[in-house]
Amino acid sequence: MTRESFGASVREAAAILPSGTTTFLRLPTPGPALAGVTLLVVVALVALTQGAADIPPATVVRILLDSLPLVSVDVTVPVTQETIVLDIRLPRVIAAGAVGAALALSGASYQGVFRNPLAGPFLLGVASGAALGAAIAIISPLSADAYGFGWVPVFAFAGALGTVVLVYLLATGGGGVDSTTLILAGVALSAVFGAATAFILLTGGEQARPIFSFLFGGFNTSNWERIAWAAPYMLVGTVLVAMHARVLNVLQLDEEQAAQLGVSVTRTKLIVLAAASLTAATAVAMAGVIGFVGLIVPHAVRLAFGGDHRRLLPLAALFGASFLILVDLLARTMLSPQEVPVGVLTALLGGPFFLWLLRTRRAAAL
Amino acid sequence: MTTFTPRAAPAAATAEAASTPPLLAASGIHVELGGATILRDVEVAVGRGEVVGLVGPNGAGKSTLLRVVTGMLRPAAGDVAVAGDALEALPRRELARRVAVVQQLPEAPATMRVRDLVVLGRHPHLGLLARESRHDFDVADAAMRRAGCDQFADRELGSLSGGERRRAFIARALAQEAPLLLLDEPTSNLDAHAQVEILELVAELAAGGAGVLLIVHDLTLAAAYCDRVVLLDRGEVVAEGAPSEVVTSEHVQRVYGGGVTVLPHPASGAPVVIPSRLES
Repeated sequence: MTRESFGASVREAAAILPSGTTTFLRLPTPGPALAGVTLLVVVALVALTQGAADIPPATVVRILLDSLPLVSVDVTVPVTQETIVLDIRLPRVIAAGAVGAALALSGASYQGVFRNPLAGPFLLGVASGAALGAAIAIISPLSADAYGFGWVPVFAFAGALGTVVLVYLLATGGGGVDSTTLILAGVALSAVFGAATAFILLTGGEQARPIFSFLFGGFNTSNWERIAWAAPYMLVGTVLVAMHARVLNVLQLDEEQAAQLGVSVTRTKLIVLAAASLTAATAVAMAGVIGFVGLIVPHAVRLAFGGDHRRLLPLAALFGASFLILVDLLARTMLSPQEVPVGVLTALLGGPFFLWLLRTRRAAAL
Repeated sequence: MTTFTPRAAPAAATAEAASTPPLLAASGIHVELGGATILRDVEVAVGRGEVVGLVGPNGAGKSTLLRVVTGMLRPAAGDVAVAGDALEALPRRELARRVAVVQQLPEAPATMRVRDLVVLGRHPHLGLLARESRHDFDVADAAMRRAGCDQFADRELGSLSGGERRRAFIARALAQEAPLLLLDEPTSNLDAHAQVEILELVAELAAGGAGVLLIVHDLTLAAAYCDRVVLLDRGEVVAEGAPSEVVTSEHVQRVYGGGVTVLPHPASGAPVVIPSRLES
């Protein structure tokens, strides 16, 4: 019997049977995505209205519409308000959204590749490498305005990716990639780079103080140039990860099963890890070290909407964006005019969540 | 209700057998791991519609042989051909369309539902960016009915009994639509009834044209359900042939040592292996 006739016999059989045997993968459910998009729009609008100067939502919407090409709205608002919305708050909201999405997406990818919901985007040394890179840029005599925003993100980016590559090389001695070795190499290298950063902090004097703001992360230096610089890397990483969403589902079985189902396990893992690391490194270069977003957002999305990566990845990105825009809004308004570093807030919120996670997972014996 | 029909019907299988290559043909397999010889000049073949049992004591090399014929382990010497093509020449995806494996203790997230696991069996038929089509879900549904897990298709794997879990993974293998099935101890840790149920399913699949290579510990079950039995001991094939020729007192005592007796089954006449107390 040929494959065609096999298929026909199966289809025939399926036609007889009641249609109660629908797989949940079969029905695209737009509900969660719609909720995610709505939340993102609302959160972004609120963030644009709030700040030192309160600008009503209607005005914000009119300013935004007017700024679109080919759209002309009668804007009878002071130029200062327009400047605040378009040049100060909008890039900040977009940067926070992009970084939140990037961290959550890369976190979901790491968790998928390592089959461990406690994995995060900083696992392979992305954060420590970026911090060391930033520290070196800050104490170096380099000019402060390369690319219109300084050398810090460039060095942070190089440090982050350099560290990940080094971790890969250390862990891939015998041909294959062993997850445990990879993580241990990441931990060891993170410790070394963390110590180096601390050394620079201690010996750098006043000049080293900006390193602190990098270590705690935030969006007070966000601008359009930096967003434009980061966008291509984030896009490439995101597209590569998204392409492997279904294969990540297969990888949730053990590696031997995945291989027996036709997956090139090592190659797939390397591509996804590299893409996730690129995305995370770009996020850190943009905004410094912001912890726990990449850990808690994908995990919460998985708990709420299930483990199919084709839903998990986009939803994690959507909710990660909303989450970080909201946290940044809190960071700049709660103690105004003083700003709380965003990384401090995410750690305050994320730490307890992580501990709760550890305990409930142990209870579930997973 | 029998709605799942593997590719070749039994009648076709016998007619085809002469002209088409066997589903699995491994010969001269030699494996060394860490300086020790695990397999020595091993030969095994599986044809369409045939259940071949791979038996032998712990450490005989059964699982190693399984890893070799699934491409997980490259032998130091020997040839493996799957449906006529050399194993090394087959891309992973193509191999997965020809061979479906159920490991002894396969891992999967406890929260994954049975039907989602089974749909993963469609992976070798899907391109990187493809979504499962209506056809893929239909095949998965048919595979679940065939393996008898459609009743609990929506349950999470973590909630299943040992026998139900085994059925779920067999359904995933069936969804691959591969003509050759490799099952590593599908009956271990199951109660007697569940063991028989799983092996009845295996026999039905073979009757439908599938080729099955079965690793079993229980020689009585192997003798009852296999068309041919390959007895491995310390990496070598000790005996190969019909169950009544392989599962004999002489072979069993030589390979397993004392403490067993082989008697004919009162009804079927198939060999039955009975443990007895060692006399000191």
